[in-house]
Amino acid sequence: MSATQTRHPGLNLGSNHQSADDRAETEVFGFWVFMMSDAILFGLLMATYVVMRPNTNGGPGPHDLFELKSIFIETMLLLASSVAIGFSHLALKHEDRPTKMVIWLVVAMALALAFVGFEIHDFLKMAGKGGVPQASGFLSAFFALVPLHGLHVSAACLWGLAILGQLARYGLDDGVKVSMVRLAVLWHFLDLVWIGIFSLVYIGGLA
Amino acid sequence: MTDWGFPFGRLTLDAIPLSDIVTAHGRTELLSGITGSAAAGAAVLGALVALVIVTWKGWWKPLWSDWLTSVDHKKIGIMYIVFSFVMLARALAEAFVMRMQQVVGHDGGGIVMPEHFAQLFSTHGTIMIFFMAMPFLTGMINYVMPLQIGARDVAFPVLNSVSLMLTVAGGIILMVSLVLEPFSTGGWSGYPPYTEAAFNPGAGPDYWIWAVTLSSLGTTFTGINFAVTIYKKRCPGMTLMRMPLFTWTALCTSILMIFAMPPLTIATALLALDRYLDFHLFTNGGGGNMMNYANLFWLFGHPEVYILILPAFGVWSEVFSTFSGKTLYGYTALVIATMAIAVLSFTVWVHHFFTMGQSANLNAAFGIATMLIGVPTGVKIYDWMLTMYRGRVRISVPMLYALAFLFLFTIGGLSGILLANPTIDYQTHNTLFLVAHFHNMLIPGLLFGMIAGYTMWFPKAFGFRLDEKWGYRAAWCWIFGFMGAFFPLYALGLMGMPRRMADYFTGAWLPWTVVALAGAGLIVLAFTFLLVQLRVSVRDRARLAVPVGDPWDGRSLEWGLPAPPPEWNFPALPRVEGRDAFATLKMTGEDLGPPDDGYEDIRMPKNAVLGPVIGALGTGLAFALTWYLWWLALPLAALVPVVLIAQGFRRDTEKVIPAHEVRETWRAFRALAARTPRVSRRAEYTRDNRGHAIPMPQEAAE
Ligand code: HEM
Ligand SMILES: [Cu+2]
Repeated sequence: MSATQTRHPGLNLGSNHQSADDRAETEVFGFWVFMMSDAILFGLLMATYVVMRPNTNGGPGPHDLFELKSIFIETMLLLASSVAIGFSHLALKHEDRPTKMVIWLVVAMALALAFVGFEIHDFLKMAGKGGVPQASGFLSAFFALVPLHGLHVSAACLWGLAILGQLARYGLDDGVKVSMVRLAVLWHFLDLVWIGIFSLVYIGGLA
Repeated sequence: MTDWGFPFGRLTLDAIPLSDIVTAHGRTELLSGITGSAAAGAAVLGALVALVIVTWKGWWKPLWSDWLTSVDHKKIGIMYIVFSFVMLARALAEAFVMRMQQVVGHDGGGIVMPEHFAQLFSTHGTIMIFFMAMPFLTGMINYVMPLQIGARDVAFPVLNSVSLMLTVAGGIILMVSLVLEPFSTGGWSGYPPYTEAAFNPGAGPDYWIWAVTLSSLGTTFTGINFAVTIYKKRCPGMTLMRMPLFTWTALCTSILMIFAMPPLTIATALLALDRYLDFHLFTNGGGGNMMNYANLFWLFGHPEVYILILPAFGVWSEVFSTFSGKTLYGYTALVIATMAIAVLSFTVWVHHFFTMGQSANLNAAFGIATMLIGVPTGVKIYDWMLTMYRGRVRISVPMLYALAFLFLFTIGGLSGILLANPTIDYQTHNTLFLVAHFHNMLIPGLLFGMIAGYTMWFPKAFGFRLDEKWGYRAAWCWIFGFMGAFFPLYALGLMGMPRRMADYFTGAWLPWTVVALAGAGLIVLAFTFLLVQLRVSVRDRARLAVPVGDPWDGRSLEWGLPAPPPEWNFPALPRVEGRDAFATLKMTGEDLGPPDDGYEDIRMPKNAVLGPVIGALGTGLAFALTWYLWWLALPLAALVPVVLIAQGFRRDTEKVIPAHEVRETWRAFRALAARTPRVSRRAEYTRDNRGHAIPMPQEAAE
C-alpha cells in the first residue's frame, strides 16, 4: 500500500508510522463499524426513553429528579476529556516520545472518571427522592440508558489503563499506537452519545 | 444481599426430567415425562459418547490445537457447520414430536403435556433460527467468501473464533436446558408480558434470554468481521462489481447483522432487567409497555429473515451459473436486487403485529412496503431462470434442490404476499397458515440453499465429493417431505387451527395433521440420508477424490485452489481481470499459476485461546445467571475484562510460513494438476472426475 493512498478520514496516524498506519487501515475501520453498531444500541435506548417518558406511574418525573447544574458540570467534564484525548492523539501522531501522549491520556481519564463520579452522585440523589428504576417505566428507561453510557466511559478508562500497561511493557509499538487510535474513536463517540443524552433525556425531559 | 445462591441457587431436583415421571398423574403426564427424560438421556449419552471417543482415540490434543484454538477461517467455517448439523438433528426430532402430538393429541391427551409442547416449539424455533440456520450460513460464508475474494483470512481472525464460541456457548445452554429443565415456553419470540417474572418466574425465560443474547453478540461480531473483510481484504483487481454473487450476498447479510442484531440485544437485555431487577419496561403495570418489545424484537426479526435468506440466494446464484455452464444472467440486476431487499427489510417490521392495535393507515403503509419486497425477489427468480436458458444444464444434486427451490419458494412468496395484506392477516394471523408460510420460505429457500452449498463446496473443503446416489435420495425426500409436512398446514390454517396448540377437539383437522406427520417422517428420513451420505462418502473417499479441486468446472477463485486448500489459501495474492475470475483464467489456459514475482514468506495468524475461553466464560455465566448462582456469576463476569485485557497484551500473534514451503506445496499441486486428465461435464459424476475440468466453452466447441 502506498503512503499517498487515501485512508479513512479523521483520526489516523499519518505516514510517520507506516506499519502501524497499515494496520490501522483495517483495524480502525473495523472499529468504526463497531461504533455504528453501538450507535444503534444507544439510538434504540433513546427511542425507548422517549416513548416511556410520560409513563411516570404516579412517581417522580423529570422535574422532580433532574438538576441541570450537575448535568452541566458533567457535560463540561466529558467535553474537556474529549479535548484531552484529542491532544493525546495529536501527540501520538507528531511526537517521537510518548510522554505528552501519556500525560494527556491521564488527564482525559481523570476528567472522565470525575464525570462518572458526578453521575453516580446524581443517581444516588435521585434514588433519595424515590427515583429508582423500579418506580416507573420512565425511570426504567432512564436507568437502562444513562448508566450504560457511564459504564462505557468507565470501560474506556479501564482500556486506557491497559494501554498504559502495554506501553510500559512494550514501549510505543504498533499495537499501542493502533489501540490509542481506537480508544480515541471510542472516546469521541461516547461524547456524541452524551450530547444525545443531554439533549433528549435531560433538556427534553425538562422541556 | 446475603444470599449468594451457594451452592445450587434455585436449582432443585425438580429440574431433572426424571422427576416428571416420578410425580406423574395419568397417562399423558407419564408419557410426557418419558419423552423429556429420553431426550435428556440422549443428550447426556451423546455428550458422553463424544467424550469417550475423543479420549479413546487420543484426540484431545489435535482437537484443541488444530480446531478449537484455530483461527483459520476455513476451520472455523467447518466447525460452524458441524455445530449446526448437531443442532438441526435435535430441532428436527422436536419437530417430529410436535407433529406426532398434533395427531395423537386430538381429543386431548397425547404424548406431551401442553407445558412440554410449549417448550418444544420454543426450543425448536430458537434452535432452528439461532443455532441451526445462522451457524450454517455463517460457516458457509466463513469458508467460501475469503477464498472468493482472494484473501488469506478474514479481517479479524481471533474475533472470528470468539464469534464461533459465543454461538456455541448459546447452543450448549440450550442443550443443558434439556437436562436441567425447564426451557422457556414463550416461543422463539419470547413475548412479554407472558415471559415476565410475574407470569413466568421460573428459569425457562432466563435460559432463552441468555442463549439468544450470546448468539446475538456473536453474530454482531461476525457481521462486522465479514463486512470489513469484504471492504478491505479483496485481492488486486477484485472490484466490488467483480465479486461473485455469493460474496455480494455475504456483504448484504453482514450489513444487516451489524444493524439488526443490536435491537435483539436490547430487547433481551431489557427483558432481563425486568426479570432480574424489577424494572418496568415491558410489564403490565408500573408504566411498562410491551409494544416496546414487539417493536424492538421485530426491528431485528424481519431483517433477520433476510440475513437468513440472502446467503442462500448467493448459493443459488452460484449453483445456477455453475451447473448451467454459463455466466450469471443479470449480474448487475441481482446485485441491485440484493441491496434493495437489504434496505427494504428495515421498513416492514410492523407486518408481524398488524393485529396489535395500530391504525389501519399505518398497517396499510407497512403492508404495501412488504409487498414491494416481492419485486426485487421476482427479479432474482427471473435472473436465475434466464441463467439456465440456453445453458448446458446438469441436474446435479445442488441443481435438483435449486429447481425445487424455484417452484416452492415462489409458492411461499405468494402466500407471503397474501399475509402482507392486513385484512387477510387479521384472518390468518396466529394460525398454521403463517407457520406454513414461513417454513415454506425457510426450508426450500434457506435450508435447501445451505444443503446445496454444502454439497457443492464439500469437495473443496475435504478433497472428495459427496456420494451422489445418496444425495439424490436425500434431496427427493427433502422435497416431498417438505410438501407433505407443510402444504396441509395451509389448509389447517384456513380452517382456523391456531399455531402453538398441543391438543384440539375438531375432528376435521385430524386427517391433515396425519399427512403432515407423514411428511415430517419423510424429512427425518431425508436427514438420515444426509448422514448416510456422509458416512458412505468418507468410506469411498478414494473413489470420490477430487484433489485438483475443480470438480464442477467452477467459475470463482476458490475452484483454482487444491482441495483442501492450504492454510494460506493463495501462494500469492491473485490479480483479477474480470468477473468469473477463475473461469476466465481457465480459458486462457493459465489456471492459478505460480506467482509472477516469485514466492514470498507468508505471515499467518497464530492460534488463540481467547475464543474458547470467552465461550467457556459465556456458558458459565449464562448458566449461573439462569439458576441464580450469584457466587459463580460474579467472578466469571469479573474475569471477562481480565481476559480481554490479557488479549491486548499479546504481541507474538503471527507465524511465518517460509517461501520455500509455499513453493514446494504449490509446485506439487501444479504437478498433480498437470498429470491429472481433464474431464468433460458428462463425466462429472464418475470416478474419472479428479477435479480437473475442461472449461465449458472448450467442451462445447469440441
Ligand atoms: C424441517 C422440518 C421442520 C418441521 C417438521 C418443523 C415443524 C414445526 C412445527 C410443528 C412447529 C410448531 C407449529 C405450531 O406452532 O403449532 C414449528 C415452529 C417453528 N419452526 Fe419449524 N419445522 C421444521 C423446520 C424448521 C426450520 C428449518 C426452521 C428455521 C430455519 C424452523 C423454524 C420454526 C420457527 C421459528 C417456529 C416457530 C416457533 C414458535 O412458535 O415460537 N422450522 N416448526
Ligand atoms: Cu417480516
